[in-house]
Amino acid sequence: MSAPNKSFDPVEVSTLAPVYLDQQVTAALDAIANASDLDELKAVRLLHTGDRSPLALANREIGALPPAAKAEAGKRMGQARGAVNQALEVKTAELEAKRDEQILLTETVDVTAVSELSLRGSRHPLTTIQEQITDVFLALGYELAEGPEIEAEWFNFDALNIAPNHPARTMQDTFFVEHEDSGLVLRTHTSPVQIRSMLNRELPIYVVCPGRVFRTDELDATHSPVFHQVEALVIDKGITMADLKGTLDHFAQTMFGAGIVTRLRPSYFPFTEPSAEVDLQCFACRGASVDNPSAPCRTCRSEGWIEWGGCGMVNPKVLVACGIDPDVYTGFAFGMGLERTLMFRHGITDMRDMVEGDIRFTRAFGLGG
Amino acid sequence: MRVPVSWLRDYVALPNEMSGRDVAALLLSVGFEVEGVETVGDVRGQLVVGRVQSIEELTEFKKPIRWCQVEVGQALGAAETPGIRGIVCGARNFSEGDLVVVALSGTTLPGDFTIATRETYGHISDGMLCSARELGLGDDHSGIIILDAGSAEVGADAFPILGLGDEVLEVAVTPDRGYALSLRGIAREAAIAAGVEFADPADQLADLPVATGDALQAASSDKAACDLLVLRTLANFDPSAPTPGFIKSRLAAVGVRSISLAVDVTNYVMFELGQPLHAFDADKISGAITARRANAGETLETLDHVSRTLDPDDLVIADDSGALSLAGTMGGSSSEISDTTTRIVIEAAHFDSVVVARMSRRHKLSSESSRRFERGVDRMIPPVASARAAQLLIEHGGATYAGTTAVETAPDAELIAFDPQLTARISGHTYENENIANILRSLGCELNDADSTWQVKAPSWRPDLSSPIDLVEEVIRIDGYDKVPTSLPTAPNGRGLTDAQKLRRRVGVFLAGRGLVEVRNYPFMGENELNDLSIASDDVRRNTVKLANPLSDEQPLMRSTLLPGLVSAVNRNTSRGFSDVPLFEIASVSFAVASSSEVPRPSVLAKPNQDEIAKLQALVPNQPTHIGAVITGAIQTSGWWGSSPAATWRDAIEIVLALATELGIQVQVQPSDVAPWHPGRCALIKSGDVVIGLAGELSPRVTAATGLPTRSVAFEINLDELMALANTTPAAPQIWTYPVAKEDIALVVANDIAVADLLACITEAAGELLEDVKLFDIYTGSPIPEGHQSLAFALRFRSSDRTLSADEVASARTAAVLAASNKFGAVLRG
Ligand SMILES: [Zn+2]
Repeated sequence: MSAPNKSFDPVEVSTLAPVYLDQQVTAALDAIANASDLDELKAVRLLHTGDRSPLALANREIGALPPAAKAEAGKRMGQARGAVNQALEVKTAELEAKRDEQILLTETVDVTAVSELSLRGSRHPLTTIQEQITDVFLALGYELAEGPEIEAEWFNFDALNIAPNHPARTMQDTFFVEHEDSGLVLRTHTSPVQIRSMLNRELPIYVVCPGRVFRTDELDATHSPVFHQVEALVIDKGITMADLKGTLDHFAQTMFGAGIVTRLRPSYFPFTEPSAEVDLQCFACRGASVDNPSAPCRTCRSEGWIEWGGCGMVNPKVLVACGIDPDVYTGFAFGMGLERTLMFRHGITDMRDMVEGDIRFTRAFGLGG
Repeated sequence: MRVPVSWLRDYVALPNEMSGRDVAALLLSVGFEVEGVETVGDVRGQLVVGRVQSIEELTEFKKPIRWCQVEVGQALGAAETPGIRGIVCGARNFSEGDLVVVALSGTTLPGDFTIATRETYGHISDGMLCSARELGLGDDHSGIIILDAGSAEVGADAFPILGLGDEVLEVAVTPDRGYALSLRGIAREAAIAAGVEFADPADQLADLPVATGDALQAASSDKAACDLLVLRTLANFDPSAPTPGFIKSRLAAVGVRSISLAVDVTNYVMFELGQPLHAFDADKISGAITARRANAGETLETLDHVSRTLDPDDLVIADDSGALSLAGTMGGSSSEISDTTTRIVIEAAHFDSVVVARMSRRHKLSSESSRRFERGVDRMIPPVASARAAQLLIEHGGATYAGTTAVETAPDAELIAFDPQLTARISGHTYENENIANILRSLGCELNDADSTWQVKAPSWRPDLSSPIDLVEEVIRIDGYDKVPTSLPTAPNGRGLTDAQKLRRRVGVFLAGRGLVEVRNYPFMGENELNDLSIASDDVRRNTVKLANPLSDEQPLMRSTLLPGLVSAVNRNTSRGFSDVPLFEIASVSFAVASSSEVPRPSVLAKPNQDEIAKLQALVPNQPTHIGAVITGAIQTSGWWGSSPAATWRDAIEIVLALATELGIQVQVQPSDVAPWHPGRCALIKSGDVVIGLAGELSPRVTAATGLPTRSVAFEINLDELMALANTTPAAPQIWTYPVAKEDIALVVANDIAVADLLACITEAAGELLEDVKLFDIYTGSPIPEGHQSLAFALRFRSSDRTLSADEVASARTAAVLAASNKFGAVLRG
């Protein structure tokens, strides 16, 4: 290294000559451009910008220049080193991107190889349909009413105008709790919840009651001794059969689609009068399959209507048994079988599928809700 | 109730073009569901009445064969033999001159069997002589049909004579409409629905001849149970007289077997008019015929050859010798009509519906007769029906009329005070008063509509019409339910689901989210299932509600635990080839209450008082809602990425703990040894003093007894208790942002120290700076002494208002270790 030039002698320093610097810069840029990976670039960086690099060595000579020449040389040096550093930066970024890309390539997996990792839990469709129906009526302002499955006969029969000698109260239909005069049965319908509601709730009453009920039928493809119903009960001033029909239509449309209507056929239930069977317009064919053999409908067996449930205006005798004045209040009630509803809604062909607890069946319905 | 359309047309002028399906639609519109429409005898072609002119016996064959010349009328005879057809026949029950039924060539019989002219037994047979079975008219194949002499013209169409081609409707009759269990009742409804004239068969009866002879005497000692008993006595009856064809074919169409003329006539009139009749052999009766209650210990052999011990509540028809029949339910053997009976007494009575219903139920005897009495029979029809039966026996059985006796209590003439405006109030539809009156009159009501409140007298055949609402229903029904408009009532502002109802949904979603699959099992179980679960005889789960009439004697109990159903469902799945089966159920269980000696039966004529309601409630067993789960195999899936271990006791317990956390409930876990769990792997889960439930691995004895895979796990918890404890509005936590300080400690303790206890101790001693503590390792083996284990805990400290100093953290850590050492002899491991 030259000694500091304090005498301001004009000294020629060959390594600071523009030509020399240009040569070094060119050499450095060539080397950078030729580096094929980050390791090579690291070596190039050391060779051309390290402490022992020609440019670094030349830089030290600036001090040897007379003050007047320092500025000029410093500027040249700065430009030279800047050019090299910038090229290095660009090349580094380029090679890093290339390297990263390479790594990602080696990490490629077969994304089609994924299958179920944890077993899928699910809820039973009989549970979720109860919730769906409940929600329809909650939205109308109804409340969810519940009652016990082992029920006093008085709630299940007497208060519903089913007298002690009514044919429905035989061992052929009803499970009795031992002993026969225990006064207890497995509820044969969800209607005792209506009685409990009328006895316990303030008027007016708007309730929906889904639940498990029991009849002494053997299990087969279309019957089960244990099944589910949903009932709705309304007791208010001025309630008419028109309200019953309108509510049924609303229910049908919410469950089965806009425009679906219901039809009432005269029937008999001890706890309602007038009483009716409720038919649902077929939501699959909307009646188009009737007398049309070229387009048969499996859902309604080409009848256009599906038997759905029973309904009626609450019998004044039932109101009286619950202490409600039939001259002031009227009401309606309706009920549907949920297994049946699920069967025609989802194309379930065998009641046993809903009973046996096969995981394949329930899993098909997911979390529901 | 099977209704032949041709019979219906006797009383209703239905348009000729109306098919069975049309009549079905008509009946449906007024509330009678028709479950099927059947055609009697599927015969197509020409079936005519023939007369056997001559019979030539052919004897050269293996069986005797007849070669017959049969007159079939000029128009239908063969070309070469005008008016005659030659027919080969294998039957032998006919003679020359008999009227027979001939199927001409080209006619197709049931079974798609077409008659052809063919050569057989050496002759050209040109048609066939038919038996009842060959025409689909029943099982009789003992010979060909022989028509009553003079009953038909030769060459006449045999279809109407045999009732062939008639359509029969299978009508479902609701239990309030006893009157519709007759052609008379259905015909009246059909006439109203069609808007045509109804000819009441009860009004079409000719007078009986003058009585000559001795009539049996009638009496009733229980006027409430039997308010009318009519006896008609007939003599000189020919017991060999055949039943006329029209009665036979109509009975066959309604599904009743022909037995003898006397019995067939009583059945025929019952279907025609709805009045059950009973025919006795008058010579087997001594003294008067009385309706009375049975004596205690009295016995009666009924027609089904069952000897029955009677109840003093039974109503019987009796003579001096004792009970003859169960009133309105079934006759007795001793007075049965036989093939030598010449004197007949016909009983037509009106019995109380409840009395018959109870008797029918008591003796498990449901007959055509009891079905009608239970549902209500026309109070005024017995004299008419018995006269009709007498006429038929006189006409077809050669009987003479000996006389009638009767005992009667006059019925109350009850009027219904009816405000016609009620119809609109119930239906939401307006009806003209004239329309209302017309409908009521068409049903047979008599009414006085002069005032705003009408006085209505219901017809005797409609005992179900007794209050204004009954009349309202009839008006809306006949006018048409489709006329009622639709509207939507406005409910008051609802409060939505209760907290408990919301939580129940959340629990189901939570468990399904953990990979469990919901099932809904039957609630029935048997002692055996409890035995298989090793449940002790004094366990509360043995305190079950038992059914009086279970479907299966194996399962007479209502479940007190959800586990038996879950076990069966898991086994069903494993038997179908699934090894990973995690099932849960949310359902109620029940525990018996001490049976009360007196069952409350409050009157239904007013609201029961609070005391009565309380007594009813006390009767009903406690039915808490449980959540149960049985898990076998893995909850995670195995695959090419590795295999997942089967769920263990830890999973069962952890799911319960996680559920409690989800519901904001602090719970504690205690080791327990309750069946069916493994005594060393059973956790009792409590919140304070409240027992939530049990979880863990099932004991090997239980898995062996139930057939579950070994190491299956289970839990069962009380959802009602969880709901009561749940915190539905948890307080938000304070989120401190000063740095966390982490410390790990490993404590060596004896094996019998429960981790939960140690954790509680550490948590308390470490003080308020402790943010969290977790067990992260359990180590046994050298250098840990025998009977001990090393438990490693990760502690996290944080302050709300400063960065903790090393000294503060160290002193909290030391306090925790010291407390564990003092309380449990824990030694800090190096
Ligand atoms: Zn359809």
